[in-house]
Amino acid sequence: MTTVGIIGAGKLGSTLARLSTDAGHRTLVAGSGELGTLPLILSVMAPAATAMRAIDVAREADIVILALPLGRIGELPAAQMSGKTVVDALNYWPQTDGVIPEFEDGAASSPAVARTLPESRVVKALSHLGYHELQDDARPAGAADRRAIAIAGDDLDSVAEVAALVDSLGFDPVVVGRLDEGSLFGPGTDAFGVSLTAEELSRRVDARRASLAGDSRRG
Amino acid sequence: MELGISSLGDLRHDPSEQTPADIRDRYRYIVDLAVLADQGGLDVFTLGEHHRPDYVIPAPEVALAAIAGVTKNITLASGVTVLSGHDPVRVFEQFSTLDHVSGGRAEIIVGRGAFVESFPLFGLDLNDYDAIFDEKLRLLLRLRDEESVTWSGNYRPPLHGAQIHPRPLQDRLPIWVGVGGTPASVVRAGLLGLPITMGFFASPEQFVSRVDLYHRAAEQGGHDPSTLRLGAGGHMFVGKTSQGAREQFYPYYSRYLDQPGSPFAGRGMPREMYEAWLAGSLPVGSPQQVIDDIMLRVELLGIDRFLAHIDMGYLPWNMVSESVELYATEVAPVIRRETARAMTP
Repeated sequence: MTTVGIIGAGKLGSTLARLSTDAGHRTLVAGSGELGTLPLILSVMAPAATAMRAIDVAREADIVILALPLGRIGELPAAQMSGKTVVDALNYWPQTDGVIPEFEDGAASSPAVARTLPESRVVKALSHLGYHELQDDARPAGAADRRAIAIAGDDLDSVAEVAALVDSLGFDPVVVGRLDEGSLFGPGTDAFGVSLTAEELSRRVDARRASLAGDSRRG
Repeated sequence: MELGISSLGDLRHDPSEQTPADIRDRYRYIVDLAVLADQGGLDVFTLGEHHRPDYVIPAPEVALAAIAGVTKNITLASGVTVLSGHDPVRVFEQFSTLDHVSGGRAEIIVGRGAFVESFPLFGLDLNDYDAIFDEKLRLLLRLRDEESVTWSGNYRPPLHGAQIHPRPLQDRLPIWVGVGGTPASVVRAGLLGLPITMGFFASPEQFVSRVDLYHRAAEQGGHDPSTLRLGAGGHMFVGKTSQGAREQFYPYYSRYLDQPGSPFAGRGMPREMYEAWLAGSLPVGSPQQVIDDIMLRVELLGIDRFLAHIDMGYLPWNMVSESVELYATEVAPVIRRETARAMTP
């Protein structure tokens, strides 16, 4: 049994908490700051999950999923996540995060997350579907209508760990490549926001990669 | 059961037109929409606040005051007032004014907002996003519920025996909270015993847990959940035939969702997602289809108000007006009859 930690208890975090407990993982969830109303929220949204402070989630979890606004990653307990696999499920949304200059040129969020957590093994995943799709489309392995989630990371062991987690949550893992290739399924791409089979997701990511390579050759 | 119309006043340019979108035209369109809703016997008309180049309504209460003069019965609400950017004293004065000029038809729906552009505009720190809203909401409630308010907080100078003049015409000006899917927003409203409008487009079953959470929070706050109003709002389009309406609406909807902050920004809504949302009860189709979609929300969530957002994405006036007429004449009577029957023991 894996202990899954989730930092962020909003729309995405509470949905992932439910998927994680449904998969049988021990699941620890932190909101912002002190516990507050989080135990009440989890009692309905993911009753088998445990509310904790972020620092305790980071310390106790085997794998940590980041589900907080990108603008708040500076508040993460980096030391407690040292050596751990950390799933970056974030995207840059200037409309809700406010304008963050370093992402304005379309840069992927994961390298910045990795710089914030230099001792962790950061993997991009669970970032290209909305919480509606995550909740609606989770299916057991082998289901005919199973959908896929893209994964990008530099550490192969961590990528395999996240692939197993994604599979357990109800989605086919599609390993895309290096961490900075997470932008191939980022906002604005054909893979983003659309629930797809593994085959179709791979096809769209490959098409995006080929189109960027073509641009750079021409450029 | 109350049925209404909401508009956000988005300003999209019709690519088939040579001239750029005209803000005066958009306002005429919004006022005509409110008049049509009022004449059709719909219950609520809401306008949402934005501070962006692609939306025309930064001050809903001003536009609602103009609408008050050309409508008779319909409730006039903001949807939402992005409260964090404003002084609750001024907000309450403005809606008290609206209440008097409209003969007691004013209502405030407050929310944190889906966009954060008001933060730099009004000199607020985004790190205080939730704390500012929380403090200002509590102050707004005190201004409504108490004749004289002595108060201090972090985001506004203190008040010493402050009074609002005039008090609203209604004994208790309705204040609702607009929520997206954030669980903590639902909990806050429940603890305060405030009615909520849930904004979502498809998959109403995903809000079952949120309604449950809302009711548990209300109980914890000492409020009887059965006394709390509950609304849902989302995109809607009614046409004469189901397939015709769905084909007709798609290009406009796709273009509308091609906007900053949308998962479909930069490319429009993929057809496969449109089909998935339709299958998940996006209320777009014939009158019977839309009746079924709204009744599904009534049955699953127990809502007693539905707000339909129809006028988006440069949808031409003839399509919007036909949709509103079908809503008022063919959808609303059936919903009212069905819900009245359900209420009778």
